[in-house]
Amino acid sequence: MAEAKKVREDALAVPRRRFEKVNEIIARHGKSASALIPILQEVQEEYRYLPEEILTYVAMVMDLPPSTVYGVATFYVQFSLEPKGKYVIKICDGTACHVRGSDPVKEAIRKRVGLKNEKHTTDDLRFTVETVSCLGACGLAPVVMINDQIYGQMTPDAINVILDKILEEEGDVK
Amino acid sequence: MGEYPTHVLVCAGAGCISSSCKEVEQALIDELKKHQLNEKIKVVETGCIGSCDLGPVLVTYPERIFYQKVQPKDVKAIVEEHLLQGQPVERLFYQDAVTGKTMAKYDDIPFFSKQVRIALRNVGLINPVNIEEYVARDGYGALAKVLTEMTPEQVIEQIKNSGLRGRGGAGFSTGLKWEFTKKAQSDAKYVVCNADEGDPGAFMDRSILEGDPHSVLEAMAIAGYAVGASQGYVYVRAEYPLAVERLGVAIEQARKMGFLGENIYNTGFAFDVEIRVGAGAFVCGEETALIASIEGKRGEPSPKPPFPAQKGVWGKPTLINNVETFANIPPIILKGAEWFAQIGTEKSKGTKVFAIAGKITNTGLVEVPMGMTLREVIFDLGGGIHGGKRFKAAQTGGPSGGCLTTEHLDLPMDYESLTAAGSMMGSGGLIVMDEDTCMVDVARFFLEFTQDESCGKCTPCRIGTKRMLDILNRITEGKGVPEDLETLETLANTIKMSSLCGLGQSAPNPVLSTLKYFRDEYEAHIYQKTCPAGVCQSLLRYQVKSNVCKGCGLCAKNCPVGAISGKPKNPYVIIQNICVKCGLCMQKCPFNAIEFC
Repeated sequence: MAEAKKVREDALAVPRRRFEKVNEIIARHGKSASALIPILQEVQEEYRYLPEEILTYVAMVMDLPPSTVYGVATFYVQFSLEPKGKYVIKICDGTACHVRGSDPVKEAIRKRVGLKNEKHTTDDLRFTVETVSCLGACGLAPVVMINDQIYGQMTPDAINVILDKILEEEGDVK
Repeated sequence: MGEYPTHVLVCAGAGCISSSCKEVEQALIDELKKHQLNEKIKVVETGCIGSCDLGPVLVTYPERIFYQKVQPKDVKAIVEEHLLQGQPVERLFYQDAVTGKTMAKYDDIPFFSKQVRIALRNVGLINPVNIEEYVARDGYGALAKVLTEMTPEQVIEQIKNSGLRGRGGAGFSTGLKWEFTKKAQSDAKYVVCNADEGDPGAFMDRSILEGDPHSVLEAMAIAGYAVGASQGYVYVRAEYPLAVERLGVAIEQARKMGFLGENIYNTGFAFDVEIRVGAGAFVCGEETALIASIEGKRGEPSPKPPFPAQKGVWGKPTLINNVETFANIPPIILKGAEWFAQIGTEKSKGTKVFAIAGKITNTGLVEVPMGMTLREVIFDLGGGIHGGKRFKAAQTGGPSGGCLTTEHLDLPMDYESLTAAGSMMGSGGLIVMDEDTCMVDVARFFLEFTQDESCGKCTPCRIGTKRMLDILNRITEGKGVPEDLETLETLANTIKMSSLCGLGQSAPNPVLSTLKYFRDEYEAHIYQKTCPAGVCQSLLRYQVKSNVCKGCGLCAKNCPVGAISGKPKNPYVIIQNICVKCGLCMQKCPFNAIEFC
């Protein structure tokens, strides 16, 4: 538990330490309004989410109304205003995956990482589980993507093997 | 293909990568080295060969032997038996699911032999991150031809004469689109490649970007020359990281070789391309929303006219074509409009790439001449229905499209025929459904998708689709009422008529189409409270199979609500209106006499 608390505190401490990183990203893209989405994408890559104070800061530096930046950040599903886990697990629920049974796979994942009710991210900020509309690997339905890695022809058993491996690497042997 | 007498192509499409093709490739390279064959045999990592569920896939050249489901441990046999001794490894051959026949050669397998590959001409054949391989296949030759031999007007005329139509959905004439953008007066113009392939079930654009990114870049430069633009954008989905990566590599290579940038082919023509990565919004596939997104705004569509050809990115005339459309351009320039126009049907020229998936034996990408029948695609190329089940429907056009049923099996697949049948070509996703698929659930699934993706700008789409979804949810939960179907139809027609953009205007299509062809399934859900396909959980019920039940009474004894009655030694019965579907009876029955259906 103490470990989990530390991970969380570290993740939340990041924005306080690294405003200079945001400056660097903005400097690279320039301050034109059209650069807003790429800037937010890089900021999110850095922090794994878009902290509110950074959104306000970006708006100030780019000379945009904070409402515009917030409007863009909430429009696109890629952006998250809440911290995301170290492992972002995307379960494809495109048509092909849906008819080949993506639901049981999703349930198996949520159960394995210990997510209940409406929650998407585990308290220790290790796993975020999301449903996405189509990953474009329909030939291998159902498909799951963990960070940038795609796993095809998934079943509840197959995904459990993969998750076990990740948990083992994380030093969490159950 | 270089100076090596033999090549082994390793498919490194997203599908094969996820089936560990990289390990196979490494094992192959190691094994070849061990036998000192690395000077004679070249291993080429290619884009998607197309048969995703057979991966990892290898093809040897020049004999064109096709190996499927290759594991690292199989590599030794391939090298020692085949490459050294000329005895191909039979156990890794493709086996036809219906006839059981094994086939050694790529060209013998119907999945490949019936294809005509124009847009996918290089995909699965060349190394996508090696520009020299693209150039060796006439790459950037079309760009050279237009820059040195043709006027922009001649280029547009040739595209118009070819009959090429947009492959992203609506099927508008590509040549006309180019002409409109050319005619617009402005100090700056833009060319945009729409690679925001959002339709669930379509992945041809991904495959082209990952397997042959240069064909798109070359076509964009040609378009830039034709319409008078010097800047291009490729708008790619964030869900396709590999496509973004390979496209980035391709742009760098093309700049270095002088195919992009200033003074291309010493003609003074300048054109460059920038990648914009989408941030996950389906509506951004709509061109006006895509433009808003490139400008850094919320991806909300705006009314047309003005069309992007007049007012696009930053208010300047903008040409937007999708990936597959662009991939067709270089061959049309090199081989001529007449060559292209003789393929396909009267109004739909050329080929179309279909992404076949769902309950079908061979999943993957196929490029076939326009007008091929649904039957040929599903049963000849696709190898029929998965697991020997019965074909029920094929869904085309994604969330904007509709269903085709057994009566449409001999329908030629072209723009007009699909629209006439109440579906649409869309981007070419083709999801096959069998008897175990519930069509009401499918309609609900699509509406849930469009509802979720509705940007919320216009009321009919934002609220109308929500109301429709509420009704469909009710029906699948067994709470449907008879007037629901009429309400659905009224809502659907209103939304179609009054929505702002293509998303809303087509969102009701899956519902209308399933209502037309599978009304009986809706009625079964509403009147009998049953789901004929056994999908909708709330409508499933526990039943005693009277011919299996021995009358032991264990189920009745364990039922927590007293919903099971009967006499010992006689079949028991579950009283449905008392049953709480806890499933305990099924667990306790020693004879497997209780079913959930």
